Parts: sequence; C-alpha cells; structure tokens
Amino acid sequence: MGNNKGHVVSVNGNMVNVEFTGAITKNEVGYIILGNTRLKSEVIRINSNIASLQVYEMTGGVAVGDEVEFTGELLSAELGPGLLTQIYDGLQNPLPQLAEECGFFLQRGVYLTAIPDKNWDFTPVCKVGDTVVAGDTLGTVPEGVFTHKIMVPFDLLGEWKVVSIVKSGNYNVRSTIATIENENGVKKDLSMVFEWPVKKAIKCYEERLRPDETMVTKIRLIDTFLPVAKGGTYCIPGPFGAGKTVLQHLTSKNADVDIVIIAACGERAGEVVEVLKEFPELIDPKTGRSLMERTIIICNTSSMPVAAREASVYTAVTLAEYYRNMGLDVLLLADSTSRWAQAMREMSGRLEEIPGEEAFPAYLESKIAEFYERAGKVRLKDGTTASVTIGGTVSPAGGNFEEPVTQATLKVVGAFHGLSRERSDARKYPAIDPLESWSKYEGVLPADKVSKAYSILLRGNEVNQMMKVVGEEGTSLEDYIIYQKGELLDSVYLQQNSFDPVDAAVVVERQVETFDVLYDILMSNFALDDKKDVRLFFNRVRQAFLDWNGTAQDDKAYSSRKDELITLYKEKVRG
Amino acid sequence: MQKVYTKIESIVGNVITVRATGVKNQDLAEVTTKSGISYANVIKLDHDLVSLQVFSGAQGISTGDSVRFLGVPMRVSFSDNLLGRIFNGSGEPRDKGPALNENMIEIGGPSVNPAKRIIPKNMIRTGIPMIDVFNTLVESQKLPIFSISGEPYNQLLARIAMQAEVDMIVLGGMGLKYDDYLFFKETLEKSGAMSRTIMFIHTASDPTVECTLVPDMALAVAEQFALKGKKVLVLLTDMTNYCDSLKEMAITMDQVPSNRGYPGDLYSNLAARYEKAVDFDGAGSVTILGVTTMPGDDVTHPVPDNTGYITEGQYYLRGGHIEPFGSLSRLKQQVNKDTRDDHRALMDAMIKLYAAYKESVEKKAMGFLMSEWDEKLLKYGSLFESKLMDLSVNIPLEEALDLGWEILAECFEKNETGLKSDLISKYWPK
Repeated sequence: MGNNKGHVVSVNGNMVNVEFTGAITKNEVGYIILGNTRLKSEVIRINSNIASLQVYEMTGGVAVGDEVEFTGELLSAELGPGLLTQIYDGLQNPLPQLAEECGFFLQRGVYLTAIPDKNWDFTPVCKVGDTVVAGDTLGTVPEGVFTHKIMVPFDLLGEWKVVSIVKSGNYNVRSTIATIENENGVKKDLSMVFEWPVKKAIKCYEERLRPDETMVTKIRLIDTFLPVAKGGTYCIPGPFGAGKTVLQHLTSKNADVDIVIIAACGERAGEVVEVLKEFPELIDPKTGRSLMERTIIICNTSSMPVAAREASVYTAVTLAEYYRNMGLDVLLLADSTSRWAQAMREMSGRLEEIPGEEAFPAYLESKIAEFYERAGKVRLKDGTTASVTIGGTVSPAGGNFEEPVTQATLKVVGAFHGLSRERSDARKYPAIDPLESWSKYEGVLPADKVSKAYSILLRGNEVNQMMKVVGEEGTSLEDYIIYQKGELLDSVYLQQNSFDPVDAAVVVERQVETFDVLYDILMSNFALDDKKDVRLFFNRVRQAFLDWNGTAQDDKAYSSRKDELITLYKEKVRG
Repeated sequence: MQKVYTKIESIVGNVITVRATGVKNQDLAEVTTKSGISYANVIKLDHDLVSLQVFSGAQGISTGDSVRFLGVPMRVSFSDNLLGRIFNGSGEPRDKGPALNENMIEIGGPSVNPAKRIIPKNMIRTGIPMIDVFNTLVESQKLPIFSISGEPYNQLLARIAMQAEVDMIVLGGMGLKYDDYLFFKETLEKSGAMSRTIMFIHTASDPTVECTLVPDMALAVAEQFALKGKKVLVLLTDMTNYCDSLKEMAITMDQVPSNRGYPGDLYSNLAARYEKAVDFDGAGSVTILGVTTMPGDDVTHPVPDNTGYITEGQYYLRGGHIEPFGSLSRLKQQVNKDTRDDHRALMDAMIKLYAAYKESVEKKAMGFLMSEWDEKLLKYGSLFESKLMDLSVNIPLEEALDLGWEILAECFEKNETGLKSDLISKYWPK
C-alpha cells in the first residue's frame, strides 16, 4: 500500500491516463511527478491497467512517460482543532499561508498542512481501561467559544481499549495524546488530528431525526413563509444579479447556528475577499466574538483549477459533519452548486461518457442527491442532537429553472427559494419570488395564519394580473382592497432592507409582533368609499408601518410608532 | 529536444497530429510549410501521438511538412518596449516595428491567491456621466458592455481608452473588422494615447486559433505591468468572437457541446480570463472592460449569460447610449460614498424620476391624457437624455452632478424630487 507507481500515457486537458502495475483503488490520490513539482490528482476510472486521473492542477508541461506515485489513500480532509477561522482552497490548502509562501499567485504543486501546527489545552474525559469506539470523545480542547471534542478517528472498526492517555495540559496538535488497542492486540497512537475521505459521509451517530426545528435567518420572508429547518436542505436558484450571494452573506451573518461553513465554489474571487475582510470586523450577537471565529471558508474561485472545484464542496461538507459530531449545529452554504455540476460535466466530457441533458453526465442527479443527503439532524451517542444544514445556490443558464441542475436539486431539497429577475429589477429585496417558492419545513409562526396571509398575497396578485387587462376602472372596490392588502404585505413584510441597520435582521419575537399587527390589517374590513380613498389609506398605513419597521426595539419611539400605526388603521375598520 | 518530425499523421480542422516522444503538454512547436513558418501548441497527448493546434490554421499544411518542438510553452515578450506597439494573436508585430524576443513570460499563468486581493476602493473617471455618475467604474473591476451588432461599442471603448485615468491601456481585439482595427489605431494615434497603449489585434480574416490567444496575451502583459505598480485598463472586444472561436475549435475536436454548440468549459474559460482583473495588495491593478455582443439582443444566449455570472455588473449599450436600467456596476457602492455627499442620493432620485418618465411616455403612447406631473416628467426625460445620456457628453463627475441638479431645478419643485432637505439646501441652484 502506498508505493504503487505508474507512468503517464496520455494527457487531455486536466485528465491524464496512467499505466500502472499492482492494485489501485478508485478515488485514491496519486501525484504526477514533474521534476520538483508534484501534481495532486485522483483516480476516477480504472480500465485494465490504465487509470484515468483527474488532475487538481493545470496540466501544462506534463509529458508521456512522466512518473506517477499512488498514495493508496482516498482524497481526505484533515480534521482537528484549529479549523475554525481558516480560509482553505478546495483541497484544504490554507490560502493565507500559501500567500506567505508563494506570493501573489497560486503556484501549483504546493500543498501545506491544513491544521495549523500549534498547542492546545487538552482535558481528557476517558481514562485508561475505558472501552471506546469510533466517534467517542477522548478529551476536549477549547477552540474559541467552542469545546472542541477530540474524538476517536471515525474509520476505526470495532471496540478499542484505552491503553494510555495524557493528563490535562498543553500539547501539540500532532503529538500523541492517547494509545488504544483492539482485541487483536493492534495498538494505535492517536493525536488530535486525523483524516477522513471527503466523498464518504460521516456516520458516527445513533440515528437520524426529522428536521423539526426552524433555523432562524432573521429574514422575515424566509422565517415566516419559507422556513428552513436545522438539518434541512434548501436551494436558491436565480439569474445573475438577482442577489444570490448577498442573500447567502446575510444568512451566514445572521443564522442561529453554531458554525457556518462557506463554500465559494467557482464564483468570483472578489466576493470571497469581501467576506474575508468584513467578517473579522463583525460581531456575532450570539457569542459577542468576531463572526470569523465561527466561520470556515472553502474557496475555490472560478479561475482556480476545475477539478479542485469538484472536491471543494465535499471538503466543506466533511468539515461540517465533523463539527456536527461534537453536538453543534452547522450551516453549510455552497455558492454555487451549478459550478460544481459544470466541473463534473467537464470531466465527464473528457472521459467521453455518453452525455445526458445539456451534456451533463447521467449521474448528475444521484451526485446532487448524495451531496444534499449529507445534511440532517442527528442524535449522537451521548444523546445530544446536532445538525448539518445545507443551503446551495444554483445559477441556471439564462435564469431558466427548467435546466437539469435546478431540477435535480429541487427533487432533493426541503425548501426552494427561487429568485426572480422581475423582483430584483424592481429593487424588491430579498428577490425571492413568494409565489413560486415553497418550503416543507415548519416556520416560527402559526401555520394557519401564515397560510391565510399567503392566500391574500395570491389573490392580490390575481387581481393585479386582471387589472393589467381591464384597468383600474374595471376592478371592483372589494378586489381593489385585496390587491392593496397584497401589496402592503409585500412591501412591509416580504421586502426587507439589508442596508438598514434595524431592518436588516429581525429577531423572531419581533417577527411575531409585526406579523400579528399585519395579520389584523389583512383580515379587517375597511370602510373606504372609493379607490382613491383606498390608495391614500394604504399609502399612509404603509408609511407608518415602514417607520415602525425602521425603529429599533429598544428605541423609545418603538411602542409609540406601533400605537400610531394601530390607531391609524383602526379608524377605518368597519363595525 | 530540437528533433524535427517530418510526418504529419492527420490534419483535421486546425489540429494536426504527429508521432513524437518526450513532448510536454502545452509546449510550443514550429511547423515549417512551403508558405513559411507557423507556430502550434500541444493540446493533447496520447502515447506517442501528439495533437497540435496550428495558430495560423492548417490550411496549406502538407503531411510531409516538418514539425519542431521548442520545449517551452506559449510565451510573450514583456518590457517597456511594448508600449505603442501593435501585435497579432501570435505575438508577432502587426506594425512595422521589430519583433520582440526579450524577457519572455508565460501566458495563461496561475490564478491570484484570493488572500492577496484587496477590496477595490478607487474610482476610474471616464468623463462619461452615465458611467461616472450612475454606474461608476472601479479599479480592478471586470465589466462587459452588452450590446448588439451595429451599436457604437468600439467608439465607446476608444473614448474610454483615451480619457480613462489609468497609467496604460492594453487593447485586445478579437475578430475585429479591418476598419475597426484602423479606427482604433487612428483614433489612439491622433489623441496621443498610443504611447501608453499596447494592442493585440486579431482581425476577422486572421486564423481562428489566434483569436483565442489574444485575451491571454493581453492579460499576461497587463498583469506584469500591474505587478510593477501600474494601473492597467484592458479593453477586450469582442468577447463573443472569442467564444465563437472556442466553439469552432471544440467542435472540430469532437467535444460534446453543452449549450447551443458551445463547449462545456465555456464558463471556466471566460472566468479564467475575467478573473485576471485584480487589485494587488501593494502593487498596481488590472481593470477589464470587455464587449460582449448579444446575438439577437438575447441576454440569455450562453455568452452574455455566462459572462453575467462572472463579471461585476454590465453596461447595456442600446440605441446609441448606455441604458440606465439593466446597467449595473456591482462595485459602485465601494466608491460613490466618497466622491461627493450628494452622489448616491442624486443618482437614485434621478433614476427613479427617469423610470417615472418612461411610464409617462408609455401612457402618452397609449393615448391617455397627460397631467401636469406627466408634462414635467416628459420635459425632464428629454433633458436627461440629451444632456446626460448622450454619449458625446464629456464632463467630469462634479460637473455632471451639478448639471443633474440644474436639470432637476429646471423641471421640478424641490419637494417633488424625493431628495433630502439638507442636500437640496446645499446644492439646489439658486
């Protein structure tokens, strides 16, 4: 194991065929030796004695006959304390350290260790003689505000006995902290770091539970009408410029989870830079520490090698599962899954596989399903529950949701937040189309009220469509009021100003309070004489409502503005 | 390494294959034919069968012609001597000057480490109010001009090249009509901007492969100048021709097409080029302004669509002016807060009023009665279009803002503009 060799027989873009001897595993990592440079690659197909490798780097300069070393290991992520606050590329190379080493450019063939070499205060929770299995906690170290559990590597089979374990103290992350032995007498030295193959889901938990707790995002439209559950999955498809990335950034700041992992997959480098420079400055209201302390960024931007883009989402989800196994709620935001799918398409083309729709490979759907299925709420062995929530953006070609990636994603997610060009052009943010989107999860407000409010939105939209044909004159006063109610709901509740310091993030209790007032307005009968009256009345209500929305809860004006609004609309209520 | 191979196995499209050993992927080769020497690069290796893409096209190549591998990848010369010069897609001079072979640098080099980028913060002034005021161009931004054939996009680019406040310009022309090439050359020479310009030009009659090399050449050179601390503006016209060349080559090589015949890696190819736009931490910058013509004015066509997902906004050029709607500079928020305190508010107010004007125009066309307010808007709209939107207008930002206030004052009462009172008292023309 680990000393198989081969040599290059053909090169086609980032796919290289290698003739080998001996045994080779599918998805194992091999290095193409180019003088002093080693190019990381992964075996993706084996045909008699020819292995096809996808190379995670540019293949310029590779020649037929070049030597290839196989490692016998699958593509793995390093797991251990120190992952938080890191910025990695798709193969878990720390980018800031890479910049120190290589300067401005991403030099190929340079691989650094992912877990920083530093010391941690270790406190054991096991003692000599204890029986442990994979995923059990050996001890803990404090990582920022979290208690990072040092666990028995997930790939160890069967029961093991703790032969020795260090006392509480300060240890290097890679020094041995415990030795365990199984019934066959095999001994293993464990440090705080171990590896796990990224394409395999981590299964060290008791059972998977139904995602039944709302993950609050502080965006009214989402929490009330299109909720996402902890351990659930959702997708955000939308044309360019509709605000996918802004929505993801807002969620990464405000979501009530412990840890956020941002996988910037094949998108603009500039957007990652904004997160990079902004997050360390922002304070997480939950912990009072910098937002960066709960964040990991996996960044494989559009100009970085395509194959590593494919790996980056797997690396990200593996890190998410690792922290989940410590009992934490983790949110993984993947932007954008279309780029990941395109990376698969490029590889499939090079392998000369029979193409499916729009030349995507036939296994596109199963790969997407497999990825989203790694989300979930679980009960761990110690009884605590934890979750991985996955939110992925989709960038459909031409903004058309009928394309294969959007459709394959819709089949497997629990909530769909479709962004529309019309709403973003009209500057209605978040530009989630409330009529087309859906969610299967439970929200923070009573479902019956929400669905009644939603039906007014639907009716209002119908009236609006009708009005475009028959004009305002041809619409009855009753219908016109419904239309105005729908517009009110849209402008004071669905739309939210992300640049406004107060309106940008709305906590649940405030959402409940706001919604109650709004609901009462929507359900009231108003004594209004003609359409001009209606328009004026609703304009005033809207203005008063927006003023209230823009007032902080601890502001003195908060309750007076609310009272003003209530007095204003109560005046016109019939009966 | 300097061995000469004299048997060409196959010639398909612009791709030839020879049997050779010891050849490296993406290496450069010299093909000697009866009509002269052409360069080619290795695009595929299969055992001893080497596929090469011939820059000048495979037309006229005989199976008995000789191929010599140079053992280096495609490169371009880089020095201050490039300034004022014009080259073709293979890096050979188009003007009468000498060929440059010193200090060769690789093209299509590695991507910039995101950790070494900085948030862009400098505006690039162009003297065009629709850009400076409404969709500010920012240093290190990548921005295409979406347009249809026939619009004056090359005139716009030439104007920006002459007026933009940058240290130097690199112009990459792909599939240019010969007249357009001459237009750029003459305009830049006349204005005196040629001495800070480098041109890589592929005209419509030149070989297809060279078209795909132009952006790489232009950007490799721009990147090197930026590393030396220069503020470089790269103009690329027309990126749709570049994509069409990629399509042509992919299909002749039997690649499975993905969308309307374009190869599946179109996004990655475009992104690798556009992402060269960068503001180096502690050095210069590369800003990219491209032209993407939209076949049939269809923004969902694969080329503008993929481009839109990559770039930081777009300018729509339609009917001879930059459209206020649809045009977007995603980075303008980074700079327009520091220009003048009325910039943002005035920009928003003027656009909102212009949108209202459009509605009034529609109403008028449908035969509805025009109210007093409608008349005001109509007056405003026509002033806005003639004084600010017209592409011939050439004034600095501050003057453009003042002009905006004047137009507002000419058409509206103060409280009709939706602007804050403190700004009105400060800027409303007395």
